[in-house]
Amino acid sequence: MQGHKADYVEIRLEETQITRIIYRGGRLEEVGRTSSLGGNVRALVKGGWGFVSFNNTNKLRDKVELAVQQARLTGKEDFKLSQTEPIIDVVTTGKNGLTTIPLSSKKQLLDEYNDIILSTPKIRTSNIGYYDSQRKITFANSEGTYIEQNKADANLRLTAIASEDGQVQQVGLSLGSQGDFSAIEGLQEQIKQMAQRAATLLSAPQAKGGEYTIVLDPVLAGVFVHEAFGHLSEADHVYENKQLQEIMALGRRFGDKYLNIVDGAAVPGLRGSYKYDDEGVPATKTYLIREGTLESRLHSRETAAKMNENPTGNARAISYLYPPIVRMTNTYIEPGTLSFEDIISDIKEGIYAKDWYGGTTSLEMFTFSASEAYMIRNGKIAELLRPVVLSGNVFVTLDNIDAIGNDLQMNQGGGCGKRGQSPLPVSNGSPHIRIRRCLIGGS
Amino acid sequence: MEEILSQAKKLADQAEVFQVSSKVTPVHFEANLLKQIQSKENVSTALRLIKGGKIGFAQANGYIEPETLIEMAVETCPFGMPVKFDFPNPKVYPKIETFDSQMDNVNVEDMVTLGEQLISSIKQHTPDVLCEASVTKGIISVNIINSEGGEASYSKSFFNLSLEGVLIKAEDMLFVGDSYSSCHPIFDFRPVAEEVIKQLELAKRNVSIPTKQMPVIFTPHGVASSLLAPLVSALNGKLVFDGASPLKDKLGEQVFDKRFSLWDDATLPYQVASYLSDDEGVPSQRTPLVDNGVVSHFLYDLQTAALANTQSTGNGSRHGGLPTPSPSSLIIGKGDTPFWDMVRDINEGLVVEFLIGAEQGNTLNGDFSGNVLLGYKVEKGKITGRVKDTMVSGNVYKVLRQIEAIGHETRWVEGFLSTPCLYCTGLSVATKMG
Repeated sequence: MQGHKADYVEIRLEETQITRIIYRGGRLEEVGRTSSLGGNVRALVKGGWGFVSFNNTNKLRDKVELAVQQARLTGKEDFKLSQTEPIIDVVTTGKNGLTTIPLSSKKQLLDEYNDIILSTPKIRTSNIGYYDSQRKITFANSEGTYIEQNKADANLRLTAIASEDGQVQQVGLSLGSQGDFSAIEGLQEQIKQMAQRAATLLSAPQAKGGEYTIVLDPVLAGVFVHEAFGHLSEADHVYENKQLQEIMALGRRFGDKYLNIVDGAAVPGLRGSYKYDDEGVPATKTYLIREGTLESRLHSRETAAKMNENPTGNARAISYLYPPIVRMTNTYIEPGTLSFEDIISDIKEGIYAKDWYGGTTSLEMFTFSASEAYMIRNGKIAELLRPVVLSGNVFVTLDNIDAIGNDLQMNQGGGCGKRGQSPLPVSNGSPHIRIRRCLIGGS
Repeated sequence: MEEILSQAKKLADQAEVFQVSSKVTPVHFEANLLKQIQSKENVSTALRLIKGGKIGFAQANGYIEPETLIEMAVETCPFGMPVKFDFPNPKVYPKIETFDSQMDNVNVEDMVTLGEQLISSIKQHTPDVLCEASVTKGIISVNIINSEGGEASYSKSFFNLSLEGVLIKAEDMLFVGDSYSSCHPIFDFRPVAEEVIKQLELAKRNVSIPTKQMPVIFTPHGVASSLLAPLVSALNGKLVFDGASPLKDKLGEQVFDKRFSLWDDATLPYQVASYLSDDEGVPSQRTPLVDNGVVSHFLYDLQTAALANTQSTGNGSRHGGLPTPSPSSLIIGKGDTPFWDMVRDINEGLVVEFLIGAEQGNTLNGDFSGNVLLGYKVEKGKITGRVKDTMVSGNVYKVLRQIEAIGHETRWVEGFLSTPCLYCTGLSVATKMG
């Protein structure tokens, strides 16, 4: 890495083992293993980046030279990354026992889950996708940092698909862990209920489109906080954008004084937890919103330097094929004091939306969808509805949160996508929350 | 590859090795300025084995000892799905142009210049817009060999120019964008610039729209972001076989408007989604999916076709695992109505350019529901401005059963869909009050 006339150079080498098991209906469709070996070099010259990724780890010096050449062609300004202390460390995150669990045990558990789904009346078919990975990442940079990190990740998504008279309805369940297989064991009862609900949806009505008071369960409220606010707090959207910097000035009020939103890989034991990010910066716990006010945002070393704020250890890459970019880790709304009954008791007509189906954002506008929804009538949960898609505007919707429950739960399923890098292991969570005037698509 | 195949044959009844190597050079611009130049080389090798009537699978990205790859695949064999097909014999492949040797002559400086020209033409129109752009070139080679003597190989060159712009006024964000892909190098930034400038023009002021049912014109981007996901899943032979597609027993039936035709075509010259062989050695073809409103075919790979007692359509595609049916280029047939005639026909309605989140509803049932990222209100035959804080919901089987009019020109979206504008009725539009 030395002697290339670059302002900064880093090298990442990575070895990964992945196991994948996929069922469709009664068929075990795929059992596959993937082994990957590769790396990348990233170089910075005068604020411009060069990036070279490869499978063949020979001739590293030539790859560094190419990355530096590309950076030199790109860079035109006086720029220095934010300062961090050089670190030398070897780290193991999560449980690294997944590869020692035999395929037959993994298959046996999934067979049992699949049987539960398929034996439910009106269920036409199922989808199950199980995935686990073990990753060893070696990182070194020209400032003297050398870090080896061993990471494990597991993810399970189950879907029950019901059909009748040309109608098709589906309900899904997503779980994940940092390699702890027991997190996906013992789900029999949950899966049975999920399959029964898919069948019930066939006869459920669709919500009428329009504005409602909505109550979100912890899983869906977690997706909401990730989509509605988390992405906007990623500094790479803001650091080169003067107008957005004015809108996102620290100290700006976004919500009620009871609203606290946190992101942090330093929160232990979750799918977004780690000790160092992919630039070798130590993980932190960051208050994005404290008592309703914008307090800080998520940074890489580059965005922190450009905005003259502190790096937060949020630069992440899904693999050696991509450069690290600013990402969330574990994102959640801190619990308040209200019980679920307190939250719904004074709602005349509203919607209780539960469980995650998907979510996306344009930064200003966001949508997220529930896989389970009920009408709320006169303070009570009423009839089941077809799945609903909810939508909002970040500058309005956060301020419309008027009740925060006392029952924080973290959801570890799914993954996050940004700039072609998907799925990245993250977790998100919240207590039950109530939002006034939330837009729902419908008939 | 040959070594892996010859060793694998000794341990299995049949074997197949699939290898892809790629070299891709993306040039990225952020906030109107050149930000990063990348160079990415990747080789991956996948092995499928058939042993005892079951299929085993392993893949390696980067170098791996042949023995290790074979061991991994053999380990999965006892758990694999019962196999219903043989790897293909030697085939005659169609001659399909997917490689332009000019790609080698395009240097990074040319790509930087193209990106700068594109951004500067957008800024000339709207000085405050912030653009993120990328200019990418790449070359891919695909090789397949199997124990039954089958062998396929081809190279593909590709080039992509794309731009996303954001214009912020107080707390109002306007997003515009377009992209263009080809197997030829792209030297002209103007088609992308013209599309983006058209969007900026139509979205100059914000207007409100009521909550009610109204007609909607989907532009080519609008078709891609609203209607396509439910159609693609319903026409996937695997979902049909599973019974999860609403079209499962509709083959030969009139399900869509008589003027609506949709086909998959992997044989188009110099289209980035074209190929001469699919990812399991089946020759590519053009497959009619909806022919004048009648459901005429579904997309198949070898295994799904065997289960469904039909032939592969050459749509076996790999996404890091076993092949699965996926579209190549999708084409929606054009009609005879100019876009502005559709607009003139509408008393109160909406033009949808980009919908976000539409694929997150129950796409299996044909439902879509999304937020209008970019859309324009039509009032008394004229576009009056941009609408926001608005959701559009519908069901593709209702929306496409009776289409009001189909556009007389088609446009490529993201290099995989060619479609005209579709003028549809009966969509639910919901918006925030006040």
